[in-house]
Amino acid sequence: MILSGLLNTLSVRGAGAPFLATGDGTFWLPVRASEAAGSVDNLFYFIFWISLFFFTLLMALLAIFAVRYRRRREGEEPEPSPSHNLAVEVVWTAIPVLLVAVIFWFGFQAYVDMSTPPLNAYQIQVTGQKWKWTFTYPNGYVDELLHVPADRPVQLVMTSQDVIHSLSIPAFRIKRDLVPGRYSKAWFTAVRPGDYDIYCAEYCGTQHSSMISTVKVLPPEEFDAWMLEHSDILSGLTPVEGGERVYNVLGCKQCHTLDGVAGVGPTFRDLFGSERSFKDGGRALADENYISSSVLDPQSQIVQGFEPVMPTFKGRIKDQEMTALIAFLKSLSEHAPGEEAPAAVGAGTP
Amino acid sequence: MSTHDATAAPPAVGGENYLNCSHGFRSWIFTLDHKRIGVMYLASILSFFLLGGILALLIRTELLTPTRTLMSADDYNKVFTLHGAIMIFLFIIPGIPAALGNFVLPLMLGAKDVALPRLNLASYHLYLIGALIAVLSIVQGGVDAGWTFYAPYSTTTNTAVVTLTFGVFVLGFSSVFTGLNFIVTMHKMRPAGMGWFDMPLMLWALYATSIIQVLATPILGITMVLLIVERVMGIGIFDPALGGDPVLYQHFFWFYSHPAVYIMILPAMGIISEVISVFSRKHIFGYRAIAYSSIAIAAFSFLVWGHHMFTSGQSDLMNMIFSALTFSVSIPSAVKMFNWLSTMYKGSIRFDTPMIYALSFMFLFGIGGLTGLFLGSLATDVHLHDTYFVVAHFHYVMFGGTVIAFLAGLHYWWPKMFGRMYDEKWGRISAIIISVGFNITFFTQFVMGSQGMPRRYYAYVDKFEPYHVISSIGSYLMAAGFFMTAWYLVKSLYRGRPAPANPWGGASMEWQAASPPVLHNFTDEPVGGDPYDYSNQDYDPATGGYVLRKPEVSDR
Repeated sequence: MILSGLLNTLSVRGAGAPFLATGDGTFWLPVRASEAAGSVDNLFYFIFWISLFFFTLLMALLAIFAVRYRRRREGEEPEPSPSHNLAVEVVWTAIPVLLVAVIFWFGFQAYVDMSTPPLNAYQIQVTGQKWKWTFTYPNGYVDELLHVPADRPVQLVMTSQDVIHSLSIPAFRIKRDLVPGRYSKAWFTAVRPGDYDIYCAEYCGTQHSSMISTVKVLPPEEFDAWMLEHSDILSGLTPVEGGERVYNVLGCKQCHTLDGVAGVGPTFRDLFGSERSFKDGGRALADENYISSSVLDPQSQIVQGFEPVMPTFKGRIKDQEMTALIAFLKSLSEHAPGEEAPAAVGAGTP
Repeated sequence: MSTHDATAAPPAVGGENYLNCSHGFRSWIFTLDHKRIGVMYLASILSFFLLGGILALLIRTELLTPTRTLMSADDYNKVFTLHGAIMIFLFIIPGIPAALGNFVLPLMLGAKDVALPRLNLASYHLYLIGALIAVLSIVQGGVDAGWTFYAPYSTTTNTAVVTLTFGVFVLGFSSVFTGLNFIVTMHKMRPAGMGWFDMPLMLWALYATSIIQVLATPILGITMVLLIVERVMGIGIFDPALGGDPVLYQHFFWFYSHPAVYIMILPAMGIISEVISVFSRKHIFGYRAIAYSSIAIAAFSFLVWGHHMFTSGQSDLMNMIFSALTFSVSIPSAVKMFNWLSTMYKGSIRFDTPMIYALSFMFLFGIGGLTGLFLGSLATDVHLHDTYFVVAHFHYVMFGGTVIAFLAGLHYWWPKMFGRMYDEKWGRISAIIISVGFNITFFTQFVMGSQGMPRRYYAYVDKFEPYHVISSIGSYLMAAGFFMTAWYLVKSLYRGRPAPANPWGGASMEWQAASPPVLHNFTDEPVGGDPYDYSNQDYDPATGGYVLRKPEVSDR
């Protein structure tokens, strides 16, 4: 019995599982859409059949004893029978020990495969915050849905901005916590194009159950086309709209407000065309060249009252994006030639 | 010969006993009698079981539809937090040891009381204070952190976390006091002639439970204090924004809370060992194996906490070690199952309500234990962690195991506690309704969990709706079973047939006391002996109970 069980589970490991390869869901388990899903499901069913066998055996004995040895009349005393038997007790301790050792070993092996990404994995950054997922691609493109290529290993590098979240993709059989202040990793090779649910599995407050997204598995060539299209984040936008997009996507908004109140860095409101005074005593007019050099070499001119904490965007921002950003800044400033300051953001201006 | 007259005497209802020997509120709230303290604990935990059960029904009703049914998301989060906190800290942890254990432990030792009666009363008073503080958090608007209080959510949410965690802190002392008292009592008050291996297995189970209570509960207390300190004073311990480590909280919390599940299940196993043997009228099979397995479970229980954190980011090496150790704890539980089954073999089995519950326990705990294998195994746990599969697993163990065993024990010792027999027919019907309702409620949750349904979800994806509807229907059936149980138990107090001293034919010493016992438990010194030897008692049709055979008869 144990031997046949062992033989059955030789197929637990690796992607080449002969039965339960990718496919539709079963009564117990959802659709299998990743390489790892097959090995997890094989192990699940291995444990399932062992459990079912022993449960049925025990309950059958229970039922037989209950019927056969029921008390037929009050005062009836049972025949004497032994109250212990060392040999039997050793056997029924040893068999479970062997079985759980086998289950442990297969579970561990499959887990190690699932937690060791190949070196060439395609990396996507994941940020969790109350109550949304943000996926950032290597070229800086950001999306709230996760698009991944099929048949290519993908590694998620994840962190949280507030409390603990947990990224769960049942179709891939993966789950990993996102802990604030740390990076955690998960990887998978999706094998079945389609849309699958992403859940937050660690309770995170009011909208915990709405922190749901979708992973879209695309055939590799479609993914490349999609990526190419979305790499150009300015496509179809006016320069000002494009600049606002750059402002949101590249993270300017983390430190630079639009309402005139200084954050970690100076506000963007009325910045363009104003005169800036620097820590080293210098002064300059905030024109196109000033904006460009502040983005590409932020440490060269530190405005008075602020700390030199801004990272450089050299290599991360394209020329067209810079042009768009400058157009956006102009649209926010009353000093800009030929531009009216938008009325909507007037409250906090000095 | 006069020794046995007391046990053979007609039931003592009407005579003086611990219930009617003094009257008034003060005679109860300041009593040092372990039996009255046990009864007060019983009344208290049953009240909180009712409250926790109503909250459970609110949860199940809310989940009838994929979106809003009854309440807002915030209210739902508070309801499931309180359901967990009340059921765990106010019902199930004190449930068997402090309520039933307090009542039967000295009786099983043939003693007058526990070793430290004043500590026993202090434990109950602390329980009341802790419970009132915990309930105060509801008045303050409730808590939405989940009963596990994971940081940094619990340190940043603006609900009454400090009140509830302080209540849990106080309740911890109550638990430690009870455990300490039981350990001392079993060491010092065993009667002459009763060695460790002559004790009923219920006492071994209570001993193992007490060890965990004394050693693990202080960790919970300290963790709760650290949480409060972080919230009130802003000292960074768990919140990374203050320089703390949220995963450290999980280690602290589970270092108590995993052993705590054995505080809940070990005494339940003790009850099952008693009930199976008595109702099979056969010596328990493998006494020493069961006794040792209780101690083994208590020891292993301290080494497996990391299995709650397989996806938290702890290292693969730690995951491997915790997975291996987790499987080790399954062995003693399996051994107990085999022993109980073997006890029934060639027995003379009577299907009274306690036995129905004990058989139901073996069915439900069997499923609960076996589904633990899916969660101990690393690769499958990653998929199942934090889904309804886990919810179903721990309800099968904690409810199908502990609560069902608690009901077995409650019905088993009810005649002893109150001197009245409940209606046997309704007892059996309710036991079956509760078990069937339980399976409908929670078996469905295994399926939706392995399909991916995450736990603690107020709203859910449409495909899970059929499972949730079936589960909720099961919960209403279970509730009906419980209301029937409450009805016939309360009725028995007024209309029940007077109970004989030994209605089931138990051989442990509590059955030599009158039902209900007198204030000092025994009018004559009880006769010791093997607690599972049923050969020296006879069925007495006149009282419907069993009486010890007179010495000259047993010399035959």
